[in-house]
Amino acid sequence: MLKRILRTGIVSEPPPEVLTAEQREVARLGEEILRILGRALTIRQVDAGSCNGCELEIHALSNPYTNLEGYGIKFVASPRHADMLLVTGPVTKNMEHALKVAWDCTPDPKLVVAVGDCGCCGGIFGESYASCGAVENVIPVDVRVPGCPPTPVALLQGILAAVRR
Amino acid sequence: MRLFGEPIEFEKQAGIGSPVWRGRADSGEALSAFAVAAHRADGRLAALWGSDERLRSGCFRLNCVFGFSAGHAWVGLDLPANRPAYPDLAGIFPAANRMQRATRDLVGIATHGGDQRPWLRHGAWPADWHPLRHDAGEGRDFPNAPSDYDFVQVGGEGAHEIPVGPIHAGIIEPGHFRFSVIGERLLRLEQRFGYQHKGIEKLFIGMSFAEGARLAGRISGDSTCAYAWAYASAVEAACVISPPPRALMLRALMLERERVANHLGDLGALGNDAALAFGFSQFMRLKEDWLRLNGKFFGHRFMMDRIVPGGVALDLEAPALAAVVEQCDAIGREVKELRKIYDEHAGLQDRFLTTGVIDAALARELSLSGMAARATGLLLDGRAWRQGYTPPPPWSTLGVRPATDERGDVAARAAVRFAEIFESLRLLRELAVGLPDSAVCVEVPPAPGASGLGVIEGWRGEVLVGVAYDDGGKLARVHPHDPSWQAWPALEHAVMKDIVPDFPLINKSFNLSYSGADL
Repeated sequence: MLKRILRTGIVSEPPPEVLTAEQREVARLGEEILRILGRALTIRQVDAGSCNGCELEIHALSNPYTNLEGYGIKFVASPRHADMLLVTGPVTKNMEHALKVAWDCTPDPKLVVAVGDCGCCGGIFGESYASCGAVENVIPVDVRVPGCPPTPVALLQGILAAVRR
Repeated sequence: MRLFGEPIEFEKQAGIGSPVWRGRADSGEALSAFAVAAHRADGRLAALWGSDERLRSGCFRLNCVFGFSAGHAWVGLDLPANRPAYPDLAGIFPAANRMQRATRDLVGIATHGGDQRPWLRHGAWPADWHPLRHDAGEGRDFPNAPSDYDFVQVGGEGAHEIPVGPIHAGIIEPGHFRFSVIGERLLRLEQRFGYQHKGIEKLFIGMSFAEGARLAGRISGDSTCAYAWAYASAVEAACVISPPPRALMLRALMLERERVANHLGDLGALGNDAALAFGFSQFMRLKEDWLRLNGKFFGHRFMMDRIVPGGVALDLEAPALAAVVEQCDAIGREVKELRKIYDEHAGLQDRFLTTGVIDAALARELSLSGMAARATGLLLDGRAWRQGYTPPPPWSTLGVRPATDERGDVAARAAVRFAEIFESLRLLRELAVGLPDSAVCVEVPPAPGASGLGVIEGWRGEVLVGVAYDDGGKLARVHPHDPSWQAWPALEHAVMKDIVPDFPLINKSFNLSYSGADL
C-alpha cells in the first residue's frame, strides 16, 4: 500500500483555471478571505430534492484532484458547525420544512449557495404540487451555481464567489 | 399464450427489447392467483403502478410487472371508477407494500386491507386529492403541513429509538431512518421516504416523447444512462421501431461506463466508511479520470441526454474509441492492484465480512434484483443468457458473464463490484473495437394510443419504464421503476444483527437511490 501511495504521488491540481478578469478576482479574493478566516470554511451540504447528479459532482470536490480540504474547506455533519449551506434542489414540498430548520440552525453570518439548474430556478422539475422549485423560494440565497449538474470547477468557483461576499 | 397455467392470455410485446409478455386479468382474484403462481415459480414482483384511464375506458388501471425466468409478464387490471380497489399483494410479494401505498397516494386506488399508511404523501396535499387523476388540477396551493408517521414501536426494557434524517450527516440524499436499539445493537430499522418526491410522474403527463427523454434521464442522476435507455426502449416498443445496431452498441458502451463509474465510486466510499482513506483517494482518483474521459468524448461527465428514443445522440470516432480501450487497460491494471490491497487488508475485511448479511432465500422473497441480489448468489442479470432467456441485443452477442458471490454480506457486495468492473472493462473493449457501421438514430413515428415497457440492467439493478401514449400522441402516463424499491426493504433486514456504527457501511454497500424511488 505504501508503494502504491508513493507511486501515485500528489495528483492535486491548482485551483480552477481562471479565464476572465472577474474570475481571477474571485479566485484572488477567495484565497485572501480564506486566509483572513484562518483558511477555514465549513460547509453543510443539503440535498433538498435533487436527482443525485449534483451530489456526484459535490463528491468529486473531495477527490485528490480537487482536494477541497487542501484549501481549508471541509464538509461538516451538522448545520450548527457550518458557515455555508450548499443546497441542491428543486426543494421538494416534503423537504421544505427540513431545509428551513437546517437554515435556522446554521449560525450567523451564514452563506447559502444554490447548486444546479434545479437549485437555481427549479430546473426541469419547476414548481408543482410536490416541488417549491428554486432554493431561493424557501431560504435566502447568496450565490447560484447553474449546470446539470455543475462541474466540480464550477462548484468551487461558486463557493469562492460566496465567500467573497 | 398462458403463463404458469393461469387463465390470463398473454401476447409478446413487439420489438427487440427485453422480452415482455402482456396480458389482462379479469378480476382481482385472477391477479392474486397469478401472483401466487408467479411466486411459486421463483418469480419477482418487478413493478406496480396505477393509472387513470377513466377518459378512455371509464376505469382505473392497475399495472403489475412480474419478473420470471424467461422475461417479464406485464398484467393489467381494470378497476371500476366508483370503487377502485384490488387485493393486497404484499402477503405474496412483500415488495408490493410501498408500491401499493404510493399508488394510493398518487392515483387513489387502494388495496382491500393491508398497510394503509401514506407513503409519498407527507402532508403537502390532502388525502382525498390524487395528483395523477386527470381532473386533479395543478394542486399547487395546498398548505404544506408535515404530518406524523405511524412508526412501528419496539418495546421492552432498555429499548430506545434513534431517529436519523431526513437530512443525513454526509453528502447524500434525504430520507428518514428510525432505528430501534438496545445498547448499540440494532433491533429494527424502519425507513420513511418520500422526501425526494418532486412529482415526476405528473410532469410526464402531456409531454412529447422527446421532452420525456430528458426527464427520464433525471430520475436518478447516477443511473441516467439506464433510465434513458429503459425509457427509449419503452417508446420504441410502443412505436414498433428498432434502433440501428451501432446505436445499440453505443448505448451498451455508455451503460457499462456508467456501471464502472459508480462501482469505482462505491468501492472508494466503502473503504472510507471502514476508515481506509487510502482506498477512497485511490478510487476517487480513478473515477475522476473515468468521468473526464466521458466529458471529453461524450460531451457530458455522466452522459446525460446521449441515449434518446430511436438511437443515440452522438457518434464516436476512431480516436475516441482508441482512448476508451486504452483507458480500460490502464484502469484495469490499477483496480487489479487495489483489489489485492482490499482483499489482504485485515482491518477492512474485518469490517466487511459477515456484516449486513442477506441470503438468497430472503433476496428472492423481497424480489431483489441486480448487484445486491447477485451478491447473495442469485444469477439475475438481464444482460446474460440463462435457461430459457435470451438477452436482448446487443447483449445477445456479447456473452456477458454475470458476477456472483454467495456470502450476501458487505464483502460480497464489494467483491461483486470488483468482478463487474473487470467484466465491464472486457465488454467495453469488445464494444469499442466491434462497432458496426450504421446510422446511430432512426426517426420515431407517432404512436397515439400505444404503450410499451422497457427493461434495462442498470448498475444497481433492474430499471423498468412503462410508457403509454394518449390518443393525441403525447405521453399519457410514464412510470419509471427503480430497483431501490425492492432493495430498501432488504437493507432493513440486512442491518438487523449488526450494531449502529455498521449502518453507514452496510447502507453504502447497497448504495440505493432515494430519488429513483421517491419520484
